[in-house]
Amino acid sequence: MGNLLEIKNLSIEYVTDERTNKAVNNLNLKIREGETLGFVGETGAGKTTTALGIMRLVPSPPGRIVSGEIIFEGENLLEKTEKEMREIRGNKISMIFQDPMTSLNPIMTVGEQIEEVIKLHEDLPKDELRKRAEAMLETVGIRKERFDDYPHEFSGGMKQRVVIAMGLACNPKLIIADEPTTALDVTIQAQVLELMKELKVKFNTSMLLITHDLGVVAETCDYVAIMYAGSVLEYGNVERIYNNPLHPYTVGLFNSIPSLDEDKDKLDVIPGTPPDPANLPTGCKFHPRCSKCMEICKQKMPEPIEVEEGHYVSCFLYDKDVKEGR
Amino acid sequence: MIKYIARRLLMLIPVLLGVTFIVFTMMYITPGDPARLVLGESAPEEAVEALREEMGLNDPFLVQYFNYMKNLIVHRDLGISYVTRQPVMQEIVAAFPSTLKLAGSAVLFAIILGIPIGIISAVKKYSIFDNVTMAFALIGISMPVFWLGLLLILLFSVKLKMLPSSGYASFKHMILPAVSLGAQSVAIIARMTRSSMLEVSGQDYIRTARAKGQKEGTVVLKHAFRNALIPISTSVGLQFGSLLGGAVLTETIFSIPGIGRLMVDSIKMRDFPLVQGSVLVISVAFCIVNLLVDLYYAYIDPRVKTQYK
Amino acid sequence: MAEANAIAKGKKENKSNSQLMGVWIRLKKNRLAIFGLVILILLILMAIFADILAPYGYDEQNLQNTFQTPNLEHPFGTDEFGRDILSRIIYGSRISLQVGIIAVGIAVIIGGFLGAVAGYFSGKVDNIIMRCMDVLLSIPQMLLAISIVAALGNSLANLMIAVGVSSIPQYARIVRASVISIKNQEFVESAKATGSNDLRIIFKHVIPNCLAPVIVQATLGIGLAILTAAGLSFIGLGIKPPTPEWGAMLSGGRMYIRDYPHLTLFPGIAIVVTIFAFNVLGDGLRDALDPKLKQ
Repeated sequence: MGNLLEIKNLSIEYVTDERTNKAVNNLNLKIREGETLGFVGETGAGKTTTALGIMRLVPSPPGRIVSGEIIFEGENLLEKTEKEMREIRGNKISMIFQDPMTSLNPIMTVGEQIEEVIKLHEDLPKDELRKRAEAMLETVGIRKERFDDYPHEFSGGMKQRVVIAMGLACNPKLIIADEPTTALDVTIQAQVLELMKELKVKFNTSMLLITHDLGVVAETCDYVAIMYAGSVLEYGNVERIYNNPLHPYTVGLFNSIPSLDEDKDKLDVIPGTPPDPANLPTGCKFHPRCSKCMEICKQKMPEPIEVEEGHYVSCFLYDKDVKEGR
Repeated sequence: MIKYIARRLLMLIPVLLGVTFIVFTMMYITPGDPARLVLGESAPEEAVEALREEMGLNDPFLVQYFNYMKNLIVHRDLGISYVTRQPVMQEIVAAFPSTLKLAGSAVLFAIILGIPIGIISAVKKYSIFDNVTMAFALIGISMPVFWLGLLLILLFSVKLKMLPSSGYASFKHMILPAVSLGAQSVAIIARMTRSSMLEVSGQDYIRTARAKGQKEGTVVLKHAFRNALIPISTSVGLQFGSLLGGAVLTETIFSIPGIGRLMVDSIKMRDFPLVQGSVLVISVAFCIVNLLVDLYYAYIDPRVKTQYK
Repeated sequence: MAEANAIAKGKKENKSNSQLMGVWIRLKKNRLAIFGLVILILLILMAIFADILAPYGYDEQNLQNTFQTPNLEHPFGTDEFGRDILSRIIYGSRISLQVGIIAVGIAVIIGGFLGAVAGYFSGKVDNIIMRCMDVLLSIPQMLLAISIVAALGNSLANLMIAVGVSSIPQYARIVRASVISIKNQEFVESAKATGSNDLRIIFKHVIPNCLAPVIVQATLGIGLAILTAAGLSFIGLGIKPPTPEWGAMLSGGRMYIRDYPHLTLFPGIAIVVTIFAFNVLGDGLRDALDPKLKQ
């Protein structure tokens, strides 16, 4: 399978008068065709900014893509004109936002909002357009009679279904889902995730699933990228990473999940707080919180190392040169 | 929807009763004897007393109010002017169209200019256009209607001799009055539009629209503006009230025979029924405008609509 | 025990001090607001020291010297009675500021009290008070003020009452809204639980906490009150001559606008500058008092 999307050395920052927030720093990532990549990290790690960067929708000002390449189907999105990007958004790459309560326009019917995206990318007569939109509603499990209802007449879970219908309406190659279930009730979360998994296969799309929930990743993803302070620390096949987490941060994340099997009084939490993006530490961004921090970690940012096939980690602990004391 | 309209109309009744009561009370406590006013200083006391009796001025306050309301509701009669001896209703009906024309053209002027300025300022935030128009808007909201009117007359009538300074016959006559009356509203509506647009632009659904691949212009007009229109229309409705008030001043400056001038003249002549009638009619007009704004609100905001389905 | 109280009190003062500092720091960053503040301070000084600053008396006529255009002796010229316009404008600041401040004072006290009572007790009391406010609001403010002056007669005091009473509903609404939002917060609940009486709670807890929106509205309101008062004077319903009220000066100069526009120009500039200052300061205060709004 070829790479559908490859991000190389992407850096994005938000510049205001008082401070410069480095939200994404030299980020590398790839998604193959048909694959689901889980994108995991704490709040503020730069996950949403990366997603908006792919869509070229980073609010500017204050946002600015500083450097890097985003290769989608062999072409660099950062070199596209705004017009070319408009043809890609919603059509080849679509995005599902975190909060379904606020991501639908309150004064348009849900039907109109689904129609809008189809109309933008396909040249269809009016009645066809409506049929397509109605079919999309049914696909996500909403009766087509509700076409003319307004968002406030739907529950949260139903709204997120509408958003998913909008996202899939033009049969995109890649769908970016930004914490699609965080704003929903727990019982609804599972339903929506199940629906997304099912539709992903049906529509044969790739998916970038942004989440901070490792359980969700285990259930839905093929690959996973662990993000911290704007860069990827560890990347690999879900099974390999779950069975053999290498980076101290990844290990910490897994240890902080409460487990029913083990009888522990206290959860192992990672000490400290995520760094201030305006004032990132030198070297490895994680070193101030790392229990295995070495002298070199404070000075140099480690490069990704392929530890086993398709399992990369950016940490000097696994750098043979460092280990051998050179 | 019909239920909603009916409900709003019903709510208007106590408000209008309250307005008539306040206005009536105010005129009642005003010093001066209307009968003496009608007959003049030299009339004999007996004649004045007789007229007082005839006009019902010797009745208790509530009886007078009741009679006034009865005449108003049953006969659509607002009494007789003390000065001209004509029915008040007739005078008001004659004056009302000019005021409506003046206030209407001022509102139109304010909307046509204010909303586009607000939108462009919001889209091009902190640009030269934004800074310049918002500075003018700040001066605009500090500008007294009557002074602006005088300045416009000075410039366009006295110096440039381009536009007439009084009268209301033609479109040309209405330009200066409408501009001076509407200028403050242009500023207020432009500021309101800008801030509502900025607020709406930060909403998630705007991002959703962009993520669909929608053109920036369509995002601004179809998604952002239509949502921003909800607070903007409230502000336009409220503007209408201050425009009706400001019309009093504008009509005085430009010699337009509207209700405002009628009212000021009748205050000077202590012609109470005419003052009462004028305030009442303008307040009713203001209430109706606000009702229309509310209905429009329900029309553009589906959330309000479902509430009253 | 007393010591503990004193410490607690000291802490409280510290806290409100630092809050005030925060507001001041944010306000200082807003150059336009500071500009407005400076103008206002100058205006107030001008009003206080009018006797010293004004080169002539406000009613000092000189019939040999009428309609002088601005010159060294009379920087703003003279009017139809040969009175010095600059001096009249300086004295006029007393009237305008007085009218603005007292009218808004009346509105804040009555409107604030009604709003607080309505919001605090809710239910029937709220309904009655707010319906009355709705009635007042449905008469355009200018017309309400005109009717009140017409009923009470022309005088400085009546002008202030008219402008003040006609803006009561605005303050009632604002205070009511903030009282409702504050009422259910914990510190008010606990005061209720410990058995403080309602009036005490309103004055000690509720009113101090809804000051911010009232201060903003009052600042903008003084400007509006000056504007309304000038408008009333302009149509001959305000202050009687020879008192130098800006609106009345404009109205007087109106007849001579074709030949002597300076009679209307200078009082108008005085009004615009004053109201501009109140407006930008009010805007700035709103931003400074509610930092969330700026984001």
